[in-house]
Amino acid sequence: MTTPPKSPFLSAHPYPGKLIVVEGIDGSGKSTQLSLLRKWLESKGSNIFFTEWNSSALVKETTKRGKKTKILTPMTFSLLHATDFANRLYHQILPPLKAGMIVLADRYMYTAFARDAVRGVSHSWVRQLYSFAIKPDIAFYFRVPIDVSLSRLLTGTRAELKYYEAGMDLGLSQNLVESFKIFQSRTLAEYDKIVDEFGLTVMDATLEIDEQQEQVRDIVSKALATYKPKRGTHAKREEVFWRRFALPEPEGAQGEADRG
Amino acid sequence: MPYLSLKGLKGKLIAVEGPDGVGRSTHIESLQEWLEVQGYGVLTTGWTRSELMSKTIASAKQGNILDPWSYSLLYATDFADRLEHQIIPALRSGFVVLADRYIYTAFARNVVRGCDRQWIRDVFSFAIVPDLVCYLRIDVDTLALRVIETKGMNYWESGMDMRLGADLYDSFKKYQGLIIEEFDKLAEEFGFQVVDARRPPEEIQEALRARILPVLKEGRTKRISKADADKVAAEKATLEKATVLSVEKPAEKPVEKTAEKQSAPAKEPATTG
Repeated sequence: MTTPPKSPFLSAHPYPGKLIVVEGIDGSGKSTQLSLLRKWLESKGSNIFFTEWNSSALVKETTKRGKKTKILTPMTFSLLHATDFANRLYHQILPPLKAGMIVLADRYMYTAFARDAVRGVSHSWVRQLYSFAIKPDIAFYFRVPIDVSLSRLLTGTRAELKYYEAGMDLGLSQNLVESFKIFQSRTLAEYDKIVDEFGLTVMDATLEIDEQQEQVRDIVSKALATYKPKRGTHAKREEVFWRRFALPEPEGAQGEADRG
Repeated sequence: MPYLSLKGLKGKLIAVEGPDGVGRSTHIESLQEWLEVQGYGVLTTGWTRSELMSKTIASAKQGNILDPWSYSLLYATDFADRLEHQIIPALRSGFVVLADRYIYTAFARNVVRGCDRQWIRDVFSFAIVPDLVCYLRIDVDTLALRVIETKGMNYWESGMDMRLGADLYDSFKKYQGLIIEEFDKLAEEFGFQVVDARRPPEEIQEALRARILPVLKEGRTKRISKADADKVAAEKATLEKATVLSVEKPAEKPVEKTAEKQSAPAKEPATTG
């Protein structure tokens, strides 16, 4: 516990692509900022790959089942997230990075470092667990006071608190809001330590959305100054930004036949 | 697991290791029967059999979505679930826990799949050290024959994901050969009790029982608390009844020895840092 383990993720990755991640507690607005960043990068013509915490098909179902039956312990919770992360790193993050593309990640291993610590899992063990990970090129941390994030969650688009988000499994309080406050403030404290340990880029998440985004884009532009975007394969991808404004196809026999 | 107290685990944890198809499960079944006849509470726990993960692992094996890290971490999650929900509670209640495979299986497979030797050990550092590890040792030629004769070779047990050979048989022999090699190294490092698994099943079972028996006896002395141990010593010194005790517990050693054993870190997590 005295000497931190050698972390391979403290040195820069060797790949031509760029990895940008966002971190912060629930309701910090990090996902909003990341999707705005994505729009901007796409409008500039870069191919963007996006990956989200706990989203791999491999373990999503298990996490869901485990949460439902409430049999998850801090240890299995931690290991499941690591499994998800390993799976996404291998399949979603590394290939585009090696090909020289930009990968955006909504939450990264720092989320595990913060949450698992709050759940009582050993600091050094979690870091060893993730030692196969790579260091992002930029890691934004959206710092926000609990009350702000809570009011965003309660009045915002989601308008509900989830069981594990509120750390209800820790038995901190019977009251969901109360439990959320305790759990998230402990998570905040852990994040603060992580910011120093790994040199995260701290953002003031109480600012207006566009103000924050301006700063984000500024930092990203600087980091991408030497980056040569890969483009020009004209491969078809879903969810391309400018497709949204295309006119509907005129109806005709040809189109029908194509669709069938 | 800093959040779990591992004090007062009075049961015994006995792991049986060995390559696929060596006959672990069959022997564990017989061991359970044998122990239960003697009056021991027995829990058997098997690799990938956790409530949380068994379905996930089965479905993951269907597709080719397993990279070496996810592969190891899936098993680690399964193990953690069984450790917390089965193994530790059973040990706490004084059961004999028979583990069909333990963390050493993960160590061996992980190394064969080319992952970092230290990483997998760090991942499993929350495991508790078994009181006894029996290693069913076999050579790969005999193993191949046995597997063909019984259930046949399958994709994963042949390590087909690693492209070691052209067909199941070649791949099986190469893969299991590497696994056995790793197990042999681990046996030395972690002091496994090696049982020659080329012999007939009755002899293997006999050998396993002979190794397990002393461990259970050791448990008898260990189970006595310090105060009790003193009391027993006093009784021994004064009363002739002490002879009865020593009949019941032939392995009973003098008090000093008992106290020493109590402080022995037999049940501490493998974590050293």
